[in-house]
Amino acid sequence: MEALDGNAIGGLLLEVFGVEMTTATGTCDHCGATGVVAEFAVYRQAPGTVVRCPACEYVLMVFSQLHGRYCVDLGGLRTLAAAG
Amino acid sequence: MEGTAVRGRLTWQVAVVDQVVDETPQVRTIHLKVPEWAGHRAGQHLDVRLTAEDGYRAERSYSIASAPGEPVAITVERLDDGEVSPYLTEELRAGDELELRGPIGGYFVWDAGDGGPLMLLAGGSGIVPLRSILRHRERIGSRVPARLLYSSRTLADVIYHSELSHYASGTEVIYTLTRQQPPGWTGHAGRVDAKLLGDVAWPAGTAPLAYVCGPTSFVETVATGLVGLGYPAGRVKTERFGATGGR
Repeated sequence: MEALDGNAIGGLLLEVFGVEMTTATGTCDHCGATGVVAEFAVYRQAPGTVVRCPACEYVLMVFSQLHGRYCVDLGGLRTLAAAG
Repeated sequence: MEGTAVRGRLTWQVAVVDQVVDETPQVRTIHLKVPEWAGHRAGQHLDVRLTAEDGYRAERSYSIASAPGEPVAITVERLDDGEVSPYLTEELRAGDELELRGPIGGYFVWDAGDGGPLMLLAGGSGIVPLRSILRHRERIGSRVPARLLYSSRTLADVIYHSELSHYASGTEVIYTLTRQQPPGWTGHAGRVDAKLLGDVAWPAGTAPLAYVCGPTSFVETVATGLVGLGYPAGRVKTERFGATGGR
């Protein structure tokens, strides 16, 4: 399965966070690599969206939707900061 | 104005198809009338949502093909096993309604103040957001030099071929055809590799700003190649369309 990148979930992130997040910076809790969300690896196959660290492939974020509600797991991120 | 256009919660809105234009046998541009459009930046995309009679919904992202200040247009490649693109490229007619939200994205964008020189690299339908950048550059009379390396399967698959040939001076378009070249073809042949990048990309010493868009494998090869030529990773912006050309 080939990865997309964080650009592809710009709409989803805007819906969840309310601000532009593809330019946000995140740090992987596993390897410590820091990068912009647009460069994260994204897998969109159902039943959810999985976002992985482009350096070590650790799962950074998971988004799933059921009955119109989002379930969001950001447990793989040490930090996530929207661009000013 | 940039920056504010993408703030705030996104809501789905209804657009009306103004015109459809066939670009190639597989690719169509859909010009839209979007009453509540907040304006977009060159390189951004939007999400399209189709709802079936039974309530099943499918969403897809499409790059915006038009320049900032122009009416919204998207260019869609038909994927034969797709859920959404066959409808958009074969069924949709002028006057039909389409649900969308946008504009989306703040990373793969070019504003005039970002400067250049611009090194644009497109694989297949990855040309779409780069065409928005080139049109924007033309419309504002930017003097930033722009060079486009565009990889297509065949000459017939080249999207916006006529337009790309008619930009004002300062924009240079270089083609490579990967699958088949017409008789007498003087452009490049074969996939983009490190050697071709070395031959056509602006030298790293000119501080170029690169935008790479296409299938994931194309983007990986090109981005790695540019960094190998000395481009700082932070000056190489990437957008991956996946293996199939759609997102």
